[in-house]
Amino acid sequence: MTHQVKQFFVQAGELSSFASRFFKEAFTPPFEFKELLRQCYQMGNRSFVLVGVTGFIIGLVLTLQSRPTMIQFGAVSWMPNMVGISIVREIGPVITALICAGRIASGIGAELGSMRVTEQIDAMEVSGTNPFKYLVVTRVMATTLMLPLLVIFGDLIALYGSALVENLKGNVSFQLYFNTVFNALTFGDLIPATIKSFFFGFVIGLVGCFKGYYSKKGTAGVGIAANTAVVMASLLVFVVDFIAVFVSDIFYEL
Amino acid sequence: MNSDLMEKDTSIALAKEKWKSNTDTNRKAVIRIKDVRKSFGDNHVLNGFNMELYEGENLVVMGKSGSGKSVMIKCLVGLIAADSGYIEVMGKEIATLDRQTLDELRSDIGFLFQGSALYDSMTVRENLEFPMRRHREKLGVVSDTTPLVIEALENVGLAHTLDLMPAELSGGMKRRVALARTLILKPKIILYDEPTSGLDPITAKEIIELMRSIQKKYGTSSLIITHDVDCARVISERMILLVDGINYAQGTYSELSASTDAKVEAFFKK
Repeated sequence: MTHQVKQFFVQAGELSSFASRFFKEAFTPPFEFKELLRQCYQMGNRSFVLVGVTGFIIGLVLTLQSRPTMIQFGAVSWMPNMVGISIVREIGPVITALICAGRIASGIGAELGSMRVTEQIDAMEVSGTNPFKYLVVTRVMATTLMLPLLVIFGDLIALYGSALVENLKGNVSFQLYFNTVFNALTFGDLIPATIKSFFFGFVIGLVGCFKGYYSKKGTAGVGIAANTAVVMASLLVFVVDFIAVFVSDIFYEL
Repeated sequence: MNSDLMEKDTSIALAKEKWKSNTDTNRKAVIRIKDVRKSFGDNHVLNGFNMELYEGENLVVMGKSGSGKSVMIKCLVGLIAADSGYIEVMGKEIATLDRQTLDELRSDIGFLFQGSALYDSMTVRENLEFPMRRHREKLGVVSDTTPLVIEALENVGLAHTLDLMPAELSGGMKRRVALARTLILKPKIILYDEPTSGLDPITAKEIIELMRSIQKKYGTSSLIITHDVDCARVISERMILLVDGINYAQGTYSELSASTDAKVEAFFKK
């Protein structure tokens, strides 16, 4: 038990030190723009389908599950408002972040882990390229920039899924559905959700890189790095979400 | 326990004396290592290692697995920081260099890694172009790097692999591409970490021949870390035996192979 508590604080300290090194390296030249764009493509574009499909199913299911209860209370006309606000404020960002934690954090952890084990990171260092800048800074920045875009895309698809159910089951037109949703939404719903998406992206990229960059114990270490990256990133997404809700409560009346 | 430690201390002192008497003051040393120590927890890997690599020389450092050969070579390029001691490469003390100066110095040092360390996600061409990103001025490259890449690949007889991925190459081909990548910055010193490990005898022989031809063509100084006696016999001008973290013995292959010392003999037993 004592060992586990000690390990927790050691990990927290090492992750903080890793994050501070990221900020130090991210804003000093040379900048790796080409690699950053490549990573944005890898993480953003290649996650579109996964985020889209998941968002669509979440929208469908949320509406189908809530509809009978809303009918019972005679509040079915509030469906677009309820689904819109829950998706934009909470479900969309968190579900997208969790999917990305699974897909991106594990991918980064495994990729950097195998590069560490096969001495590719050392080879980069010896060739005069700063591997931290080239591998870590670009990946963390890419996830930070891409996650909000994926969240917005996922939200829209989820709303479309919800609109489809309302259209088929309640004869509500798409135009009426989306008008009602956008009338119900305020900046107090959109801004905190978008800001916290940046933090989700940062945490996912940082944890993936941290686990992979310091991977040990040969090929077994690569698996451990990928696995622990997903677990730690998912956990931190909820921690960041809690802090974000707490902070946004100060600025916006939720 | 105490007698073991006393024996170890005596052997360290004897090795230092031998090293001093074998130091050639007339030749220009491109690498100097003095009394370097490195430990990982309780595991004392280097216990006061001394070595000099002279200009244009092929020096082989031999030691059994886990004797600290790779740690020593990584200390040389600043990948691992030594706990104490002095490491000088081309007149510059590694420990005192800032990042930029160290990177400039590294462009004069080629490093062939044990497992080739080719970048998996890049083609052979991109692998060779990668080290040139920060050293274009030194190489006089304005835009097109293709001629340099092809020249380096031709040196190792693999010009046709330009657009292949590392996964499509055999172990021997990977080692040769890695050697081409090492050569692309036209280094003055090449460090080889177990260049023949994991290769079949014929491919290993090819790699050794390649190393010799490169040394002949470019006049580089080479430090070869190996436990392969055949490789050492063919390529070495001078050898150092690394035992218990110290340079236990040094000399030419024929001198060392004729030694009656039990620890030295153990290396050459078939």
